[in-house]
Amino acid sequence: MLLTKKRVSLKYQPYLNNERKGETKVSLFDKRLSELHDDLKKKELSVTDLTVASLARIREVDKKVQATLLVDEEAAMEQAKALDERLAKGTEELGLLFGLPAGLKDNMVTKGLKTTCASKLLSNYDPIYDGTVSQKLKEADALVFAKLNMDEFAMGGSNENSSFYPTRNPWNLDYVPGGSSGGSAAAMAAREFYFTLGSDTGGSIRQPAAFCGVVGLKPTYGRVSRFGLVAYASSLDQIGPITKNVEDAAYVLQAISGHDGMDSTSADVEVPDFLSALTGDVKGLRIAVPKELIGEGISTEVRDAVLAALKQLESMGATWSEVSMPHTKYAVPAYYLLASSEASSNLARFDGVRYGVRADNAENLLDLYMESRSQGFGPEVKRRIMLGTYALSSGYYDAFYKKAQQMRTLIIQDFQEIYENFDVILHPTTPSTAFKIGEKIDDPIQMFVEDICTVTVNLAGLPAISVPCGFSKEGLPIGMQLVGKAFDEGTILRVAHAYEQAVNLSPKKPELGKGEA
Amino acid sequence: MSQQFETVIGLEVHAELSTNSKIFCGCKTEFGAPPNTHVCPICLGHPGVLPVLNKQALEFAMKASMALNCEINRETKFDRKNYFYPDLPKAYQISQFDKPVGINGYIDIEVDGKTKRIRINRLHLEEDAGKLTHCEYGSGTKMDYNRVGVPLVEIVTEPDISSPEEAKAYLEKLKAIIQYTEVSDVKMEQGSLRCDANVSIRPVGQKELGTKTELKNMNSFRNVQVALEYEIKRQEELVSSGGAVKQVTLRWDDANKKTIVMRSKEEAHDYRYFPDPDLVDITITEEWIERVKATIPELPDARKIRYVEEFGLPETDAGVITMTRESADFFDAAVKTGADPKTVANFLMVDLFGYLNANNLEMSDVKMTPQGLGEMIKLIEKGTISIKIAKTVFKEMLETGKDPATIVEEKGLVQISDEGELKRIVEEIIAANNQSVEDYKAGKKQSIGFLVGQVMKQTKGKANPGVVNKLLVEALESL
Repeated sequence: MLLTKKRVSLKYQPYLNNERKGETKVSLFDKRLSELHDDLKKKELSVTDLTVASLARIREVDKKVQATLLVDEEAAMEQAKALDERLAKGTEELGLLFGLPAGLKDNMVTKGLKTTCASKLLSNYDPIYDGTVSQKLKEADALVFAKLNMDEFAMGGSNENSSFYPTRNPWNLDYVPGGSSGGSAAAMAAREFYFTLGSDTGGSIRQPAAFCGVVGLKPTYGRVSRFGLVAYASSLDQIGPITKNVEDAAYVLQAISGHDGMDSTSADVEVPDFLSALTGDVKGLRIAVPKELIGEGISTEVRDAVLAALKQLESMGATWSEVSMPHTKYAVPAYYLLASSEASSNLARFDGVRYGVRADNAENLLDLYMESRSQGFGPEVKRRIMLGTYALSSGYYDAFYKKAQQMRTLIIQDFQEIYENFDVILHPTTPSTAFKIGEKIDDPIQMFVEDICTVTVNLAGLPAISVPCGFSKEGLPIGMQLVGKAFDEGTILRVAHAYEQAVNLSPKKPELGKGEA
Repeated sequence: MSQQFETVIGLEVHAELSTNSKIFCGCKTEFGAPPNTHVCPICLGHPGVLPVLNKQALEFAMKASMALNCEINRETKFDRKNYFYPDLPKAYQISQFDKPVGINGYIDIEVDGKTKRIRINRLHLEEDAGKLTHCEYGSGTKMDYNRVGVPLVEIVTEPDISSPEEAKAYLEKLKAIIQYTEVSDVKMEQGSLRCDANVSIRPVGQKELGTKTELKNMNSFRNVQVALEYEIKRQEELVSSGGAVKQVTLRWDDANKKTIVMRSKEEAHDYRYFPDPDLVDITITEEWIERVKATIPELPDARKIRYVEEFGLPETDAGVITMTRESADFFDAAVKTGADPKTVANFLMVDLFGYLNANNLEMSDVKMTPQGLGEMIKLIEKGTISIKIAKTVFKEMLETGKDPATIVEEKGLVQISDEGELKRIVEEIIAANNQSVEDYKAGKKQSIGFLVGQVMKQTKGKANPGVVNKLLVEALESL
């Protein structure tokens, strides 16, 4: 049951048929983005080759993975054709992401492609404008034709909150891919696109990246424009890349970063060359490991994998010490209060009046609001709207919202103190590996607690990357997280890249055989 | 004898700022455009959009604050005021909660010759909502989002106003000051100035305030006064008869001249204010304040004092002329030509304002220039035209905007001061009016007035009355 798939018209059919006769060119997905760029430049590859491979792969595996909500095959082929024509002329400068089919989480507004936030309420919303990131991808000559599944309005950590269908973990289809950017992580792990974009409010890029064995980067708050990102919690949301390796993450980040006059919270700071940061050198690097995020509550398998990674980095010349972030225990409650408060206001506009699905049985205005929202929103979204509305209510504001802001300040101070003596912070991305679909859906508190390793970073607005660092006995990926200073994505990319090169985990791909869809 | 009450009124005034574009997007703010033509995804609150503050709106708010003697908050920010209504596309209004642009201001008003200071609690910046039109026939509501996102300032007084007259005087003064600063065109009929009132009464001598009601939908200064009078009377009658005032929001029903309950205290919204995370906090530097301050023109009070002290105008005249910036600027420009300020003031007060009132016009509707008025007055001073002729010239100037010299020449209105020419006419008149001559000689000196009139009639009003008078006296005395 796919929401909207626009199949290619007859004129492009032969391309896909040829592809399907043989094996899909999965090998193309193994190449680094910079390599693909060079191959295209040298005309050893065409954009059509890359696009056909992507579309064929989606047809082949997405029935199982269910990572996409919308794939406009025709648009993909049209874009590929136009880009190949430019390539043939050979006169124009090629954008950084030239010819690369991309998958976008469905909370990024794309003109001409429905943007639903995986919500029934927006299932008919066809944007009349392009968000900044979508525009930047197009300016960098990427192909924008596919929207990816997610937890409704980015609320959730399992993709089970999609109004349409849950995405499955490519490493084992019985397991969740994480969330809320579960579609983006699963699609990348299953090699349906060359890169995908997710958004991260409390871990929504890093946690699914860890669950799906791919690289997920949450940039510093303000590094990437939020204009055109459907807001969940405005003070925490940030768009970032999900890729198969660290270099690709740096590559995509380069293309989507930068100050945007349309977003007041976008930072007017210089965008450095992220690729040149990848020196492979970690000598003298000082790593802090917060004891609150490596001890109790973290599964043994995850802890062991992260400790092994630390040993690896140590062998490469880095040093590490255990530190304390004493306010970590407040992070999850502070996060859920602040995020829900902002969400209760951000989602108020979805009233069925001007766009989106309107209840047709309303008898008056109040009824119209209540019915449209009751029918349109799923249970997790309703839970957070109610929580946030309550926290902002007159008489409760000081006890909840204001207190949470104070906790946020304390958490920021925890980080500042650590960075006086350290270069990066390293800890697991998640307390444990992916869980089974349905396992936690009835226990929202248990679901919230899972976010302990990721939410502090959003509260402090810092950049963080999740990198695969091993597998559980069941064969599920484990991720470790590197947290950097504000606007110092360079350092976390450098460390993650050096580690990745040393352990050579990235070539491992899911076989999509495990689990029963 | 019935109990004596005193009234306590606080006013909340909204003024739309005349910026070129809206407060958080690039759409135009122009009034009267076809519905939903000045809209974009941002002001329509589409998913994913973000606000970016129009700096001019903030500077206008700073300017208005300073003109109203407010302190400028060095740290200011925006908050969200959350409520559901179809005129509010985001379901929250971006406003200011605890750090408004301006605080602790005041303006001085005059009622019955006494000056009273009305304190201003705050001036904050916010965005306007859309306009809903409920269909008169059939059902349905039409929405026009052109006005959504037009910048507004809300100006809130302390409960310092004690009567409907004071409320009216406050509004007139406020309007004048805002209009002088040119940050708003303050037109109540176009909705660019709106006023709500909080009203309560208490027995004379009681310290604590009585329960207040909030009055809305008063769309003219006159209505504010009438509605307040009505509401005060209602409260007094209620309390006098043993009842109690309930805290409610009332709407003024202009057609039936009464207030109607909109909602009770229990139905009041909880706006759940919180800082808007899409906008950044703003630090206003001393230097920025000085830069904006430098753009504030001389304000009505200062001008009034100047007119009284420098030109010797009566206070009331100075007050009326400075009521709008247009008339004060007109006065200044006319005086600049070298014309006598008092004469200029007289022409403005009597002739110009009289003409405007009689024809329901505004300053901008007349074609006469201040330079023209100044030149005309100089023609009177030089004796080229008489005061009487000047009235004719004045009317012509109002309608055509021509300069006075041209009008005088075209219409042949030059005053006859030539004694030879006038003497001949005087002799004719004396010859033709025996009765008056007899009366004069018999001691009824006032009969000369009739003879002057006859000379004026003969010369179509162009004769110099001073010269005519002198010649008549000479002729009559020599008889």
